[in-house]
Amino acid sequence: MRITPDEVRQVATLARLSFSAEELDELTQHFDTILTYVDKLGELQTDSVEPTAHAVAVSAPLRDDVVTNTPSAAQTDALLANAPSRKTYFFRVPKIIE
Amino acid sequence: MTYESVIGLEVHAQLLTESKIFCGCSTRFGAAPNQHTCPVCLGLPGVLPVLNKKVVDFALRAALATHCTITTTSRWARKNYFYPDLPKGYQISMYELPLAEHGYVEVTAEEQAKKVRLTRIHMEEDAGKSIHDAEAGASLVDLNRTGVPLLEIVSEPDIRSAAEAGSYLRSLRALLQYIEVCDGNMEEGSLRCDANVSIRPRGSTEFGTRTETKNLNSFRAVEKAIEHEIQRQTEVVEAGGRVVQETRLWDADREVTRPMRSKEFAHDYRYFPDPDLLPLVVDQAWVEHVRTDLPELPAARRARFVHDYDLPAYDAEVLTARKDVADYFEASLRACPAAPKVVSNWVMDSVLRFVKEEKLDAALKIETWPCPPERLGALIGLIQNGTISTTIAKTVYEDMRRTGHSPEEIIESKGLRQVSDTDTLQAAIAEVLTANPDKVEAYRGGKEKLLGFFVGQVMRATQGKANPQMVNTLLRQKLSQ
Amino acid sequence: MSHHALTIHQARQKLRTREVSAVELAQSVLARVRQTDERLHSYLTVCAEEALAQAEAADRMLANGATPPPLCGIPVALKDVILAQGVRSTAGSKILEQFIAPYDATVTQRLKEAGAVIIGKVNCDEFAMGSSNENSAFTPCRNPWDTDRVPGGSSGGSAVSVAADLACAALGTDTGGSIRLPAAFCGIVGLKPTYGRVSRFGVVAYASSLDQVGPCTKDVRDCAILLDVIAGHDPRDSTSVNRPTPSYTAHLERGVSGLRIGIPQEYFIEGMQPEVETAVREAIAHLQSLGAEVVPISLPHTEYAVATYYIIAMAEASSNLARYDGVRYGYRASEVEDLGALYQTTRAQGFGSEVKRRIALGTYVLSAGYYDAYYLKAQKVRTLIRQDFLNAFEACDTIATPVAPTTAFRLGEKLADPLTMYLSDIFTIAVNLAGLPGLSVPCGFDQHGLPIGLQLIGPPFEEEVLLRAGYAYEQDHDWRTRKPPL
Repeated sequence: MRITPDEVRQVATLARLSFSAEELDELTQHFDTILTYVDKLGELQTDSVEPTAHAVAVSAPLRDDVVTNTPSAAQTDALLANAPSRKTYFFRVPKIIE
Repeated sequence: MTYESVIGLEVHAQLLTESKIFCGCSTRFGAAPNQHTCPVCLGLPGVLPVLNKKVVDFALRAALATHCTITTTSRWARKNYFYPDLPKGYQISMYELPLAEHGYVEVTAEEQAKKVRLTRIHMEEDAGKSIHDAEAGASLVDLNRTGVPLLEIVSEPDIRSAAEAGSYLRSLRALLQYIEVCDGNMEEGSLRCDANVSIRPRGSTEFGTRTETKNLNSFRAVEKAIEHEIQRQTEVVEAGGRVVQETRLWDADREVTRPMRSKEFAHDYRYFPDPDLLPLVVDQAWVEHVRTDLPELPAARRARFVHDYDLPAYDAEVLTARKDVADYFEASLRACPAAPKVVSNWVMDSVLRFVKEEKLDAALKIETWPCPPERLGALIGLIQNGTISTTIAKTVYEDMRRTGHSPEEIIESKGLRQVSDTDTLQAAIAEVLTANPDKVEAYRGGKEKLLGFFVGQVMRATQGKANPQMVNTLLRQKLSQ
Repeated sequence: MSHHALTIHQARQKLRTREVSAVELAQSVLARVRQTDERLHSYLTVCAEEALAQAEAADRMLANGATPPPLCGIPVALKDVILAQGVRSTAGSKILEQFIAPYDATVTQRLKEAGAVIIGKVNCDEFAMGSSNENSAFTPCRNPWDTDRVPGGSSGGSAVSVAADLACAALGTDTGGSIRLPAAFCGIVGLKPTYGRVSRFGVVAYASSLDQVGPCTKDVRDCAILLDVIAGHDPRDSTSVNRPTPSYTAHLERGVSGLRIGIPQEYFIEGMQPEVETAVREAIAHLQSLGAEVVPISLPHTEYAVATYYIIAMAEASSNLARYDGVRYGYRASEVEDLGALYQTTRAQGFGSEVKRRIALGTYVLSAGYYDAYYLKAQKVRTLIRQDFLNAFEACDTIATPVAPTTAFRLGEKLADPLTMYLSDIFTIAVNLAGLPGLSVPCGFDQHGLPIGLQLIGPPFEEEVLLRAGYAYEQDHDWRTRKPPL
């Protein structure tokens, strides 16, 4: 195995996911299969190859510094309508501990 | 063993743009919660960022003002972490290819000029705000600040003391204010600072394990926290322990740093190029355009004050340390016919003393000073034309800043106009001399030092309003008769 | 012929001559949905009321005599990752089950401005992650040609709604073949445009550097009509390309004479279903008979495409899906004690297993110590793959390949082994990595009566060439007149 269930659990924590022991075993198995498969990229010599982050290479467009969004209570209401928990116009979450 | 402290600062400066970095929401402070939000800054499904050009202009100004090398093609990266005030679960920032690198800031520390090198300057988006004490068991999230443009300015570990850190931060703030990209207000959070501190045996060239201290929202906090951290680390090492690499919070009430409690999740930010934003290309023409538009920087202004106004180097240094103070000085000077040095004395003695006394350091804005520069200029003008004496002017100034009234109003309402009328003065002198025959005798007998006594008595008799030069002249005449 | 079976161009004709009204057309499609979609599950949300109101508005425009907008009164379906204001947009996920979109995607806005009638939101793999539609958090969509088989994914609902006449046309998204594969499996036309040709604003992101919106239509002409409407620069999408958009319908009939068609040896592999290879080779031969020239080419890094794709797509997905945290919208786990639990429980309960697998893998390949070995390596191989295509296009104008090595497979057949499932996209994935346009056109049926797709790949922004070749082929064949046995 290329990866242990414990390492997968750590990754899950980093990604804020949780898995049952069973799920974790299955996921570890899948990790192993997939990581073994993608290892084939190692066959290629890429030292002098530039990475591609964007397939269509142009530079970032820019916008002018203009406020285009005029705030209103109605608009904020619409934007917050999907919130699972609110207090007035705040989003509410369980207490954050710093 | 003695230890040397090694300090690097990470400064976040909010940029004074109208709109946010990646959307058209306002950056204005103080709106009702979540009013300045839209699908983009709320991180709704499907939204995409579009870069505000002004943010790049401002960042370039800062890069040029700090002598940085500008990266022609810089790249946006995502910094991934979970926090309720970070709507997308990542912050758009720069990582591998920041906008600018290898700059420096000139700092005066312990009377010596020193360069603190900058590792990098990059742009990023601010997070929102969480309110922790409004409700039991819950925190409330306001995302108005989300997407406000920030500059992150990272120094090399070139700083060696808390005082030096304070002086670096003041110089950097002055620069950012001079180039008009940040208001520098630490209390409101538009300038924020994290300090990386480590210690090592004096003479060693290796770095010790460092801690990062956050939550430093005043100059005092920066200096105190660093002092505390140096002391804490020294105690740990001297007790045979090891400094743990960690993030600590400054507790301003107790004046200690403490480790952050939320460390159950180790940070691994998984930076990678943001696929939603293409590389930022800044060509030479753009850089030159920004350079041409760059406002006068502190060093240039200092030189100009010495050269054009003939001010002592010390005055120029003090006046130009803050852009608003330098502006205040020049505006006052324009409003009166006095010599620059006279105005400089007034600004240094009265204005800056007041600023310090009232602890208005950061929150002070020239537009909201109770005594605008035109009024100070007018006050100095009134001394020049003999309307009031310098002594009276000091009390008028106190009144001006307390009441916000003009100097003329105060002088009129309190009857402080200087008395230069010969008859009135002669009468007052006659009274004083009559009341003190023995001292008159002694003066005439050769104790000429007593002149000061007579002047004082006349000033007292006129509630300080007498023109001191005239009193002097008239007294001499009278006594020699 | 029933109204619901009309193509866009046929319906447009009948609407303009007032032979049929937009309301009648919409009613006919809605009735068909009610009748048949129980078996197919292509729709997640039907917007009957809004659709009829839009149809009435279209009828008013059609009645007032002025030239109506290009899609006036045309019933279309949107893949559920494309937002429509006021309409539930689930992206096929439980985590967005109750999410009502507060804004329109740019493509939605363009469809509305073009007068289209939006029938509803159609099924897909959760967050567009899948090749079979079985990853829909609700219910898998079925292939209308054989309801025991998958329609292909992830835009399964888009392809099915068009193939089964539940919409005149639909929009899908394609990250690694998600339009072309279901188009091939369902016997319709599907196009993935050049990256940057169509705005992604308002489209729930899976892998941002690969995602692209495209048309799913009954024939090639419809595909060009729909592309005319959705293509073009959008200032709200920084990756949208600011260059003029040609009229894709204008030169459709120009033919293929002199067109050089590249045939990559790497796309005709052992283990392919023989009928697929035969059908694709016959289609190429037909284009040759129409005057095209066939050129053998090589795309040597083809075998690395799947690995490259999954590393890049999963990495981007792990970050793109971080926003589903139960704070501002979407599902939130109840009765969680602290913030950590809020995140972990919400995401564990809200996401399906394939999505969680990809987020976890994506997190892993970006994490400290693994970035260079996986993510950076994949980005470099992406360069090689892209270079393969650019080299090939020196010698040819378009590349012809199969869309998939097989026809539609059975539900459940590949679920147990994610890697086998990933390999379904073996012929479509490289196109996304290279940012190229790719068209899927029906080119026959296998012995079970399942459709086969021909893929035409073009240089960046040369959609016009693909449509022209696809159209020329299609005119001489009657595949599109066959209807699934429903």
